[in-house]
Amino acid sequence: MTVFLVLIVIILFAVAIWQMNKIYALSKGNSKGDSGEVANGKDNRINAKLMVMFMVFLYFLMFYCFWHYSKFYLPEASSAHGGKYDNLMFISIALIMVVQIITQFLLHYFAYKYNGKKGQRALFYADNDKLEFIWTIIPVIVLAGLIIYGLFTWSDIMNFDEDEDALVVELYAQRFNWKARYAGEDNILGDANVRFIEGINQLGIDPSDVDGQDDVVTQELHLPVGRQVVFKLRSQDVLHSAYMPHFRAQMNVVPGMITQFSFTPTVTTEEIRKTDYMQEKMRTIQEIRKEKSKELVAAGEPALDDYDEFDYYLLCNKICGASHYNMQMKIIVESQEDYDNWIKTQQTFEASVAQ
Amino acid sequence: MSTNATALEHAHDDHAHHDHHQTFITKYIFSTDHKMISKQYLITGLIMGFIGIAMSILFRIQLAWPERSFTIFEIFLGKWAPDGVMDPSIYLSLVTIHGTIMVFFVLTAGLSGTFSNLLIPLQIGARDMASGFLNMVSYWLFFLSAVIMCSSLFVEAGPAAAGWTIYPPLSALPESISASGAGMTLWLVSMAIFIASSLLGSLNYVVTVINMRTKGMSMTRLPLTIWAFFVTAIIGVVSFPVLLSAALLLIMDRSFGTSFFLSDIYIGGEVLHNSGGSPVLFEHLFWFLGHPEVYIVLLPALGISSEVIATNSRKPIFGYRAMIASILAIAFLSTIVWGHHMFVSGMNPFLGSVFTFTTLLIAIPSAVKAFNYITTLWKGNLQMNPAMLFSIGLVSTFITGGLTGIILGDSTLDINVHDTYFVVAHFHLVMGISALYGLFAGVYHWFPKMFEGKMLNKNLGYVHFWVTAIGSYAVFFPMHFIGMAGLPRRYYSNTAFPYFDDLADVNMMITVAAIITAAVQLVFLYNFISSIFYGKKGPKNPWKSNTLEWTTELKHIHGNWVGEIPSVYRWPYDYSKLNEDETDYVIAGQDFVPQTVPLQENEEEMNH
Repeated sequence: MTVFLVLIVIILFAVAIWQMNKIYALSKGNSKGDSGEVANGKDNRINAKLMVMFMVFLYFLMFYCFWHYSKFYLPEASSAHGGKYDNLMFISIALIMVVQIITQFLLHYFAYKYNGKKGQRALFYADNDKLEFIWTIIPVIVLAGLIIYGLFTWSDIMNFDEDEDALVVELYAQRFNWKARYAGEDNILGDANVRFIEGINQLGIDPSDVDGQDDVVTQELHLPVGRQVVFKLRSQDVLHSAYMPHFRAQMNVVPGMITQFSFTPTVTTEEIRKTDYMQEKMRTIQEIRKEKSKELVAAGEPALDDYDEFDYYLLCNKICGASHYNMQMKIIVESQEDYDNWIKTQQTFEASVAQ
Repeated sequence: MSTNATALEHAHDDHAHHDHHQTFITKYIFSTDHKMISKQYLITGLIMGFIGIAMSILFRIQLAWPERSFTIFEIFLGKWAPDGVMDPSIYLSLVTIHGTIMVFFVLTAGLSGTFSNLLIPLQIGARDMASGFLNMVSYWLFFLSAVIMCSSLFVEAGPAAAGWTIYPPLSALPESISASGAGMTLWLVSMAIFIASSLLGSLNYVVTVINMRTKGMSMTRLPLTIWAFFVTAIIGVVSFPVLLSAALLLIMDRSFGTSFFLSDIYIGGEVLHNSGGSPVLFEHLFWFLGHPEVYIVLLPALGISSEVIATNSRKPIFGYRAMIASILAIAFLSTIVWGHHMFVSGMNPFLGSVFTFTTLLIAIPSAVKAFNYITTLWKGNLQMNPAMLFSIGLVSTFITGGLTGIILGDSTLDINVHDTYFVVAHFHLVMGISALYGLFAGVYHWFPKMFEGKMLNKNLGYVHFWVTAIGSYAVFFPMHFIGMAGLPRRYYSNTAFPYFDDLADVNMMITVAAIITAAVQLVFLYNFISSIFYGKKGPKNPWKSNTLEWTTELKHIHGNWVGEIPSVYRWPYDYSKLNEDETDYVIAGQDFVPQTVPLQENEEEMNH
């Protein structure tokens, strides 16, 4: 790979020198002209054509990106509110792409069409209240629509009503890992503060609080499908952000306060693994990893770990230190039954302290 | 004009006739002449720009070929790249300092400092800034802050690494990252000095524009450049002090044991005493500057492009008053939208709704500006000078980058793209690249005014523009898509998530494009330096422009005009204006009417 990079640099350097030479020759040739360093008719013509070519390039780039890279989009949301999110996103993207295509065309086409020619007279056109009114009012209307739609969705997501059977989970951030604390049978999280951190009590649960005795601290986040989860987020050191892209969920984790977010997972881990999207994605990634492993082995390094099954993940999305890029937690969405079985195998706070 | 100002002018008139005996030091170093100060700003800004861009190339290489060994890392990073592999902490430092340098040192001081200084006195018809001395102090404070920022690169524990937004507690606690020790201290000191410099400069600009316009130069006859610089300076005066307060409170938290931003922290095996503070408070204070800062960067670029596009289209700027109204609306709204950086910070969701509303409102004046630029091109007689190309490029990236703002400004949509590469793509296009294009447009356009008639080579300018234009889209457009994949920014490497493996190719492509784009800036550098010494001299008014700066002599004199300051009789955009019976231009055979030409008989005056 280093060789590849060096080659690129050498080639670029050669191209640069070649271009410089060419330009130098060009600038010499041009100096016979009358205009010096001011654009003349020929410059206008050439650059006008380049404007069109640039427009073609820009459209090609946009098309290419949408064609080849839209597969990178996250799969359909695995949460109840995610559908609304995806819908709003789709509408917004469609809208801005329409505006983008029209305005970029006008901009570059005018730049091409009206390039300066000798004797051509520009139109003295300084004002038109009607036009300006039109293109003020159109954005106003469109944006008003977007704002209203967006705000309704926002308030649905953020001002959630807590269902009676909602699962309360604390996400606890410490550099550089996550822990989850389940509220236990009473579904009430016990009080906690960093000042209680001691020995095995890594989350600082108040040992004197009755509510906290049945709390369960885990390294993985298991969520029952179809049941609302209310996350209470707490950090022990610096800012973090709990980002769960597949659930369209994100909230910062702020030391000194408890933030919250809620969603209802709708697709289990098993189900999403079976979707065409995920199967295709896994195939691609496995191929990439196989190739890379071959290279690594050839270079005498250990091969990459297998990655044959997708798991949801929670990642940290607010810079928190040197290992910020590797602060993650596995999320497993499963049936209520599986969840119940799993949580039974976990130790309560009371039991872990007693040990 | 008030009598007061006229009297001032007279005093200056006498002044201008004196032959100044200047030593090297008073002419080139501690100069109080706005033209020299603007050159000092430009050159310092460009040097910082090259440092900032070089840093971005270093971390782009790491992103494309993560955790590989490169000789270039060993050379530039030394102990931070053991065996040529970049260390994660220095990656964060590079990202942080790249952001700081580009936003503050290049696009605030380098852009606004350069052109406000050069153009405000020249375009409003003043001998110099209201206070030449404060102007000089402003530059030297800027220089000092640049030196301190650069020296922080050599601190043993590493330069600041908490992101350019320096959110505490990360930036407050050296226990969390060693770079938050001496490196962060220097960052804060440097920024505090920078803010002082910026305030002195801004106050000077505001006072100069309000008080020192020449006879006939009413506010509605000002070129849009001046409007932009004027309003930018006002935003700066309003918002920079808030950043200073944030920095001061952070300094106190760091050094004097206060708890403005810190509470309930357990780090390095012990509980800190701090209690009651909130990092969210810091975010509010930071973004109260941080968001207006975007417009402090962008408005001067838009002002420059307005002037350049009108001149080179040989047409008046379309909707002059709407442009001014947009600038004012953007300026006002820019101070009440900061919360859109904090939708998921944990603040009350109701606030999120309010900020969504104000943020999407700001799209309206921005849209008006874009449409007005396009209409200005329509039926023009476009002179494709490099400055014009950069201005058209600016409109293009301003639209592309601005449109994605509609997604990010929507609190709902922000949830899942917040702090991903989508954001990186958005702000680089809309403020980074656009403002850089504005800077380049300004340099190509006013180079003759800065360097006594010498002009930049246009063919090198064309190469510079086209490669940059293609390269920067190739860098930033695909970034939207890896952001939509949920790839977080500020990750040293994506290898910890096999899920992101298929994005590696895109990252490589982006890096190659970035290297090419950065390399072509060397063409500009060569052009800039060689033209200072060997540039071809052009005529006094090379772009056939209406504004006052082109009525000065090529040779720089203290006081700008020999003899009296010219009076102004019209707005600056009488390009291709026809005479009464529409047989020829107002001045026969000349498609422009400088502001100093009195109204002809029966000529209808525009805009008043």
